[in-house]
Parts: sequence; C-alpha cells; structure tokens
Amino acid sequence: MLELLTSFFLIVGGLFALIGSIGMARFPELFMRLHGPTKATTLGVGGILIASMLHFSSREAGLSLHELLIAMFLMITAPVSAHLIARSMIHLRGGIDQIRKKSGEQAEQKET
Amino acid sequence: MLKTAVTFAFICIAVALLLNFFRLVRGPSMPDRILALDTMYINTTALLVLFGVYLNLTVFFEAALLIALMGFVGTVALCKYLLRGDIIE
Amino acid sequence: MKRLFPQPLFSLCLWLIWLLLNNSAAPGQALLGILLAVTIPLFTVRFWPNRPRLRRPWRLASYLAVLLWDITIANLVVARLILGPMHRLRPGFITLPLDLCNDSAIVVLTNTISLTPGTVSADLSIDRRSLLLHVLDVDDEAQLIAHIKYRYERPLQEIFEC
Repeated sequence: MLELLTSFFLIVGGLFALIGSIGMARFPELFMRLHGPTKATTLGVGGILIASMLHFSSREAGLSLHELLIAMFLMITAPVSAHLIARSMIHLRGGIDQIRKKSGEQAEQKET
Repeated sequence: MLKTAVTFAFICIAVALLLNFFRLVRGPSMPDRILALDTMYINTTALLVLFGVYLNLTVFFEAALLIALMGFVGTVALCKYLLRGDIIE
Repeated sequence: MKRLFPQPLFSLCLWLIWLLLNNSAAPGQALLGILLAVTIPLFTVRFWPNRPRLRRPWRLASYLAVLLWDITIANLVVARLILGPMHRLRPGFITLPLDLCNDSAIVVLTNTISLTPGTVSADLSIDRRSLLLHVLDVDDEAQLIAHIKYRYERPLQEIFEC
C-alpha cells in the first residue's frame, strides 16, 4: 500500500518537473517562461521529496522527515529567484514603460 | 512496482534536463540562460533524491540540500550582476 | 525569559531545523539544538533593527494550509496552459496596489503571488505602494486584483500588524 503511494508521488513529481521544463522550452517570451519553473518544477521536486520521505520512513526505524527541509527551502527561494530574473529582464530592456509600449505595438500589428 | 516508478521518474527528469540544456544553449538573452541554469539546479536536486531512493541510501540528502543552496546563491549573484554591474557593493 | 529568547518564534524554527537536519529526536540532539536556539538569536539580534511583529501567529497555520492547496491547484492550471495551444494565451502586466505597511508582509505576499496560478511578481515600486505582476492569461484584470486582495492580502493584514 505504502509502495503504491510512493510510486504515485514519484510519477506525479516526475511528470510535473517535465511539464515545467517543457513550458520553459516552449513559451515564446521570457516573462512567460518564468511561469513554468516557479510553479510546476517546485511541485515536481516536492512530489519526489514526499515519495522519498515515505520510502525511507517505511524502510528504516523511525520517521525520516529531513526531506522537508529541501522542500521548504525550494518553496521559499523559487519565487525570489523568479522575481530577480524578471527584474533584471525589465532592467535590460530599459524599464517597464518600454516593454508595455513594445507589446502594445505588437498587438496592433497582429490586428491589422 | 517501485522500480518501474523510479525508472519513469528518472526518464522524466532526464528529458527535463535536456530541455533546460536546450534553453541554456539557445536562450536569446542573458536572463533566459540564468533561468535555465536555475531550473537545472532544481532538477538536479530531484535527480539526486531519486538516486537515493533507487539505491536505498540516505547519503545523498546532504548533497541535494547543498546543490539547492548553491543554485539559489548562484542565481542571485548572476541577477545582481546584471542589475547593478557588480556583485559585492 | 525575554532576555534569553529575544525572538521566540525564530528560536523555535532554529530548533526544529536542527532536529530535521540530524533526522533524529534523540535527547542529546534536542539539548544541543536548544543550546543553538538560545545562542544564535543572541548573536544575530542586532541584524534585525525593526523586527516584524506577529499579532496572531496561529493564523499563519491556516494561511499555509490555504497556500498549499492553492499551489496544487495552480500547478494543474499552469500545466493545462503549458500543454495547450500557445496562440490563445493573452499575457500581460498588471499593477497591484498594496495596502501592507510591513516589509515582511510584502515579502510573504510576493512569494504567495509567485506560487499561485498564472501570476509572477516582477517588480516592487520604490515607495512600496504597488507591485508589478506578470500574468500568463489575463481574463479580467479587476477581478484578479480583487481575488488576490481578498484571499491573500486580508489574512496577512490580520497576521502582521497593519
């Protein structure tokens, strides 16, 4: 029973990590690419960590909870690095007003 | 049962790492490459934890934790360099 | 008591992290953890000139439960968007006005926004009054802002003194 649950979390975790990376490879623009790794990859690694917790708790004497540390650390740091990457991109493109103007022009071109 | 699930997860993470590598090589701008590297670090953490489950060993935990830590520090340093042109002010 | 534990919550977190790192709750490790939990805040207390005040720390638990549930939902939503057709997405930037006066509260709100469906925080204005968000699929701007304000900002205002 526990083995079944472990396998379930492993498969879900692997799939979500893969989906996050697919999103990063597939989206056409940087700000959209940020969405994949910050969400899907975090849950993917979280699933694998839960599976590891279940596995080692069932194998050895006593609970094994130290994987929680990695999960918590990733949950705290993933948004921070995404925020920093977005800020550096805005900085490199010369401010948010420039980006808004450019995307507005592109939308007009699409319509005409 | 568990063996199959672990193998499946291995394949998923390996493909994910290849996709990240594609973005790292191709990525038109610097922040794209930083994002790709950051994601590679996270996926490597997952790979190490998976390897621990596969071999039934807990010794990989410290390595996984350190890689997650180093990945975050590296991302912050690179972004700070792009933002300010300097890492330590 | 106040001098021994200047930051009781911080000390508790340090003790729990020490036990998790060693992956054991043996009496020896627990004692060593208590020693560290007392000494580390004494050395680092000067790094925190204006410490965040938690008015209702127990509310954090229910906030975390809501957050974990929303992260799971967010992943399913984003997975559908990633695997679906690209051209139908309408990405865009949104400015969210902030009503939080505390730096820690803003940090928690920013992290929450990045982890929940289709939104990533991109920039904080210098006066800390508005937050720039990037949204993967904008449907109704006003509704999204109202949703974030109701679901995440109001509980944070209650937890931190704002």
